[in-house]
Amino acid sequence: MTGRLDVRRVLLAVAAPVLAVAFAALVTSLVLLVAGDAPLPVFRAMLEYGGRPRSQALILNTATYYYLSALAVAIGFRMNLFNIGVEGQYRMAALVSAAFAGAVTLPPVLHVGLTMVVAVLVGAFWAGIAGLLKVTRGVSEVISTIMLNAIATAVIAFLLQPSRLAVSVQGSNNIGTRQIPASGRVPGLDLIPGAGVQVTGLILLSVACGVAYWLMLGRTRFGFDLRAAGASPGAAAASGVDFKKMTLAAMLLSGAVAGLVGMPQLLGASYTYSLDFPTSWGFTGIAIALLGRNHPVGIGIGALLWAFLDQSSQILQLQKVAPDIVAIMQGTIVLSVVIAYELVRRYRLVLEQRSVGRALADDQPPPVAAPSGAPA
Amino acid sequence: MSAATLAGPSAPKSVSRRRSALPRILLGLSGLLVLLAVVRAITGANDLTSSGTVNAAIGLAVPIGMAGLGGLWSERAGVVNIGLEGMLILGTFGAGWFGYQHGPWVGMLAGVLLGGLGGLLHAIATVLFGVDHIVSGVAINILGLGATRYLAAVVFSGVPGGGETQSPRIPAMPRVSLPGLDQPLLDLERKNWFLLSDLAGVLRGGLVNVSWLTVIAIVMLPLSYWILWRTSFGLRLRSCGENPWAAESLGVKVYRYKFTAVIVSGLLAGLGGSYLSIVASSIYRDGQTGGRGFIGLAAMIFGNWRPGGLASGAALFGFTDALQLRGSGESIHALLLLVALGMLVVAGWNLRRGRRVAALVSAVLGVLVLAWFLFTDTVPSELTGALPYVTTLVVLAVATQRLRMPASDGLPYRRRTAK
Amino acid sequence: MTEPGAPSAGRGAFAVELAGITKRFPGVVANRDINLSVRAGTVHAIVGENGAGKSTLMKILYGMQKPDEGTITVDGRLLTFSTPADAIAAGIGMVHQHFMLADNLTVLENIVLGSEPRSGLTLDFGEAARRITGIADRYGLEIDPHELVENLGVGDRQRVEILKVLYRGAKILILDEPTAVLVPQEVDELFDALRELKAEGLTVMFISHKLGEVLSVADEITVIRAGTTVAAVLPDQVTARQLAELMVGSELPVPELRESTVTDRPVLTVEGLTVLSADGRPVVDDVTFTIHAGEVLGIAGVEGNGQAELVEAIMGMRPAASGRILLGDEDVSHWSTRARREAGIAYIPEDRTRHGLLLESPLWENRILGHQTRPPNAKGVWIDRKGAREDTARIVKEYDVRTPSIDVTASSLSGGNQQKLIVGREMTGAQLALVAAHPTRGVDVGAQAAIWEHLRTARARGLAVLMVSADLDELIGMSDSLKVILRGRMVADADPHTVTPEELGSAMTGAAEHVA
Repeated sequence: MTGRLDVRRVLLAVAAPVLAVAFAALVTSLVLLVAGDAPLPVFRAMLEYGGRPRSQALILNTATYYYLSALAVAIGFRMNLFNIGVEGQYRMAALVSAAFAGAVTLPPVLHVGLTMVVAVLVGAFWAGIAGLLKVTRGVSEVISTIMLNAIATAVIAFLLQPSRLAVSVQGSNNIGTRQIPASGRVPGLDLIPGAGVQVTGLILLSVACGVAYWLMLGRTRFGFDLRAAGASPGAAAASGVDFKKMTLAAMLLSGAVAGLVGMPQLLGASYTYSLDFPTSWGFTGIAIALLGRNHPVGIGIGALLWAFLDQSSQILQLQKVAPDIVAIMQGTIVLSVVIAYELVRRYRLVLEQRSVGRALADDQPPPVAAPSGAPA
Repeated sequence: MSAATLAGPSAPKSVSRRRSALPRILLGLSGLLVLLAVVRAITGANDLTSSGTVNAAIGLAVPIGMAGLGGLWSERAGVVNIGLEGMLILGTFGAGWFGYQHGPWVGMLAGVLLGGLGGLLHAIATVLFGVDHIVSGVAINILGLGATRYLAAVVFSGVPGGGETQSPRIPAMPRVSLPGLDQPLLDLERKNWFLLSDLAGVLRGGLVNVSWLTVIAIVMLPLSYWILWRTSFGLRLRSCGENPWAAESLGVKVYRYKFTAVIVSGLLAGLGGSYLSIVASSIYRDGQTGGRGFIGLAAMIFGNWRPGGLASGAALFGFTDALQLRGSGESIHALLLLVALGMLVVAGWNLRRGRRVAALVSAVLGVLVLAWFLFTDTVPSELTGALPYVTTLVVLAVATQRLRMPASDGLPYRRRTAK
Repeated sequence: MTEPGAPSAGRGAFAVELAGITKRFPGVVANRDINLSVRAGTVHAIVGENGAGKSTLMKILYGMQKPDEGTITVDGRLLTFSTPADAIAAGIGMVHQHFMLADNLTVLENIVLGSEPRSGLTLDFGEAARRITGIADRYGLEIDPHELVENLGVGDRQRVEILKVLYRGAKILILDEPTAVLVPQEVDELFDALRELKAEGLTVMFISHKLGEVLSVADEITVIRAGTTVAAVLPDQVTARQLAELMVGSELPVPELRESTVTDRPVLTVEGLTVLSADGRPVVDDVTFTIHAGEVLGIAGVEGNGQAELVEAIMGMRPAASGRILLGDEDVSHWSTRARREAGIAYIPEDRTRHGLLLESPLWENRILGHQTRPPNAKGVWIDRKGAREDTARIVKEYDVRTPSIDVTASSLSGGNQQKLIVGREMTGAQLALVAAHPTRGVDVGAQAAIWEHLRTARARGLAVLMVSADLDELIGMSDSLKVILRGRMVADADPHTVTPEELGSAMTGAAEHVA
């Protein structure tokens, strides 16, 4: 009974995102047609461009920080907490740690390590505010994290002034934190032959975080409690889980990982936090976490897919197609994948009930008392 | 009819009649006006109650209020709508696209309909497919933003006056005033007399030179109250958010009401978006919503899911938004005094109620804010941008536990589920 | 006693006749060939144990379920119901046991919902209030239409539910366990109201297992047991004891008592424990008892009398308003659930799907649940997968859990096997005490005996067991001491060696008999 169910279950799990992507491609094609562009050449150009070695290296770089962002969101999701504030958390963390890294000189490993520690602490702190508000005052973390995002923008604007944490960048209108010295930078890796572009060394950090996430979730007591609290609050409470502590811990952990999201960019590319430091990675993380169903491997694939779409859209400018078409595709993927997951979940329940019914009809007489759950 | 004697109904815990909220709102508003007048007198920040600020405040309150009203409709039927921001954005785009070609009225209609489209998507995902409400809302935000950006790039590039991220100018919506009030109120306001000038400023900001869209938007509030609390349609809708299984057991078609409510919420958000494009800035521009969809939700929570409270909340956030936009660090600095005083009052209140920890926390915060007020001259301009959001957080932190949201808000509902 | 369904001499027409009603659910037959005849203008009671099938039958009559076989006749017309609306149209109104009221709406709004009187576009509140007070006065049910439901006490809420059905013109009322949540004074008020309704020509059917009350107000009583009707009686022809006998029957073998293993070392002591409900009523009212090592204390009671709250308070899942809980000499009243579990209290919850299992997780993860801080499940901060899996395999074998592997999800197991897994898990982790709520619910006869044997062995090893159950044979067979809980208070002590199921049943249902 279970053997067949297992294979089916795996197929179903994969079917949902695949269907979602296919559906999104369909919708995108329609939009393109309406706008007057032929879909097939667009897709072909995207695939070709995205397949080039240079693109591949860039995709890996992008996926590195997307993965971290999605991981941060997923930690919260596991407990039904919506940390929409990864956006503000990673930017605050990047700014403060950039200022720190630019201000000190330390031996290389220590320099990088401490910078990341600072980032983690700031991210955890910013998320902790929302966690604390939820645990003590019952404020929904959805709204409080969104508000904290906006407040972070203001605080960053406040701190990113020459009189405070920043210095003017010569030859431009840009201001940013002091450049991080060589000891604080993370070297790249020549992973893709012929790319001409290095892959950031911090891809190892992402992988390590993914492994740590998987270990934590599946192998530690904390992870067990986290999953139990998300799956069945009643059973978790009966098993001794303290919800307040758990909520706070989950938010802090989520914020801590969020703090790392800006590190690949900071320590491997720009070496400074300036006015044009990238934004919106926090929201991407939410989409990828949904797509990957909070699973470390699923999120990895989702991050690569997203990065691919981002990267390959750059060719579209040459085709006179607005690159934002990719945003439509991404948005449609998110919406259709959550619908698909819900449908798959319901179908699975029906399958299981049917097989249970068969098993019961086979070997056991109906019990005398009504089993809990059936109406009496 | 038998003569059986029966004991009367057992005494209820507390008598809370459905009184009209109007006198209480008016009382609150007048109290606030007096407080503002006092603060203005002490600090000399005359912009605090000027008609310019009030006008701007109303203008900024409208999109927040419409988003919040949309959220109210949806949540009263039991569906959480986080996607209001996306619907707002769709509204701004719709108004921009049709507005610059066919005028403000068509633009408004287009914005409303496009927002409604977003609502329809949310309804399909949550009501029809049972997707988690918040997940669907986040997805709609992503989709709304992406779709709008793409469409804007497609339709606005190459059009004179427009560009990839903004539309050409939209013809202005006609304005209306209550006749004969403009000059006398302006004169009174300029005199800077305590309380009278404040009142004049407030009245002038609200009654003179107001756009028709503003009027329509404001009318939506009492209209929503009337529909939701005075008609049978509204009763059934609200019952879906309170106890959908009870409603189902009485023959109410719960799915239908939820669907309708969510679509209406999109329509209202679209109206708010139209306002942003047509009245607030005369063009569609990328990023012009600025998170107001979320602030609208906060205003809804602040207003305890009622239109009257929502209006107060939107007004409050609009007011702080206006102060921030007018760049007067001076006025915001003056507000610090208000907040400090408020916190100390709250601390005293908590002490009387015996809640020592809460009293201590409020007192400490009050003293800190007071120190901030006394030791600085103005609030740095970068931080003033955070004012509406900080206000939201503070209000939520203080008030969340005393509020009552619809009992079945956010709960997944499937027909024929016995509780 | 009359045959089920046979008419008595010289009474009025039948308002409702159910013939041959059968309803099956996956794995269980809830109703089997039920025959029920209710005369117009009478109060007709339907009694039976929990799980006997009464609620299902009423749901069928109200249109919330469709029968697999059988017919429904209302006022002489053969009808089928697809939705509650059909039943309402036929003049049937259901007053649910768990009130279907929206707290944030007023009485008026709750009553008229779905059938609102209108004037033009608006809801005519004046007309609604007039109609409601008219009905209320006519049947003697006083209520304030503009009061918010959340401010109403339980008795008033029930009145609102009754008004709801009367407002829609119901001529036949069904009340599902109406007195379950009422205090005696409210019960009297309700029964006065029922008599009033009867005098006005309405028909009242009500489901109950409080036999004393049933005898005082019903004109006819139908007894349902194990899904089928066993008798239809007149109240003046039968005593409470006989009714209990009919309800309970005696089918299962009584587990034998072995020699006593009760020591005098107190393990779990509860002193003056009081737990309040959300509206301030005591659901557990000043309960005191002591369980010694090697002793099984059974608590008998009809569901809804405070057992669930008592158990949750002992486990730390629900705050107590007053009283103490002691584990040995240690006062654990303010300890967290986890601390209590780690100290050696194990817990078999009443609702296994909601409190006992992670349905979408595999069996070996479910074995960890509740014991995730100690071996064999955990080593330090890590989960010991190997240890947990091995132990799960052992439990599956020892407790006869029917499953193809330990990797299937818990939801794919039958209820009985789920329960066996939980019992195995908890008994393994029970070092000092075991709190077991309905430990053999949904378990087939053979497995039940096996679980009892495991319990006996543990008891012989010195485990203190608190057993809450509605299975009288289980209680009598397994307990060393036996108490009866009614409305949150311990009302009777029984000697398991001498008490009979009928006597116990009477005490549980408040027939106010002293049990030897």
